[in-house]
Amino acid sequence: MSGAVKAFRLTRDPLDEAAVAAGLAGAADGAVVVFSGVVRGQNLGRSVLHLEYEAYEPMVLPVFERIAGAVREQFGVSAVRIHHRIGRVGTGEASVVVVVASGHRRAAFDAARHAMDEVKRIAPIWKREFFEGGDVWVEGPKEPVTE
Amino acid sequence: MSAAVTVLLFAAAREAYGRGRLTLQHRDGLTAAAVWERLVRERPALDAYTKSVSVARNRQFVPREVELAPGDELAFLPPVSGG
Repeated sequence: MSGAVKAFRLTRDPLDEAAVAAGLAGAADGAVVVFSGVVRGQNLGRSVLHLEYEAYEPMVLPVFERIAGAVREQFGVSAVRIHHRIGRVGTGEASVVVVVASGHRRAAFDAARHAMDEVKRIAPIWKREFFEGGDVWVEGPKEPVTE
Repeated sequence: MSAAVTVLLFAAAREAYGRGRLTLQHRDGLTAAAVWERLVRERPALDAYTKSVSVARNRQFVPREVELAPGDELAFLPPVSGG
């Protein structure tokens, strides 16, 4: 039921792109862009076994909401959903799904890319990569977020 | 109103400090930066994140110079890597 799909979600369960996108397009929309971030089996020359995601859970959904509000305003798109995994995620599985609905394709593509860039820049989520021979925290942008 | 400040650390910063949660007595003029300096004195390994750590006060990003209030939840966030 599309009415039951949450706009923003942090989940330990596998993500289903079609389910995240279900029912998002309204009568005025001509484009739906679905982005899935998928766990690579290779990273920096390492054979990845799986990732383990940690989050500052009560802050994540407000940050997703802020990102969605900003891209709706900046790109004029009609709706945004952001769902992210937490806990263990295997290679080939989606760790994040961003869906944008819009009147036209260009705004939907641009908004989806920007929303995803913002998730990687400010969402309080961290991944630990387990690879053949060890494990390491993956660290993103080194510039502190101050607002 | 509690006179304490709750401090949270995540991911690599949590591991460098040795725990993810502590409470500190609040005092007038206490800043996030001062709390961080205190944590670094206790666990110098944390200094690796002094330049890159982000600060959230009550789940909102703030500059580290922000003054804390009694009852605040202060979180130190090393470089994020979601997605």
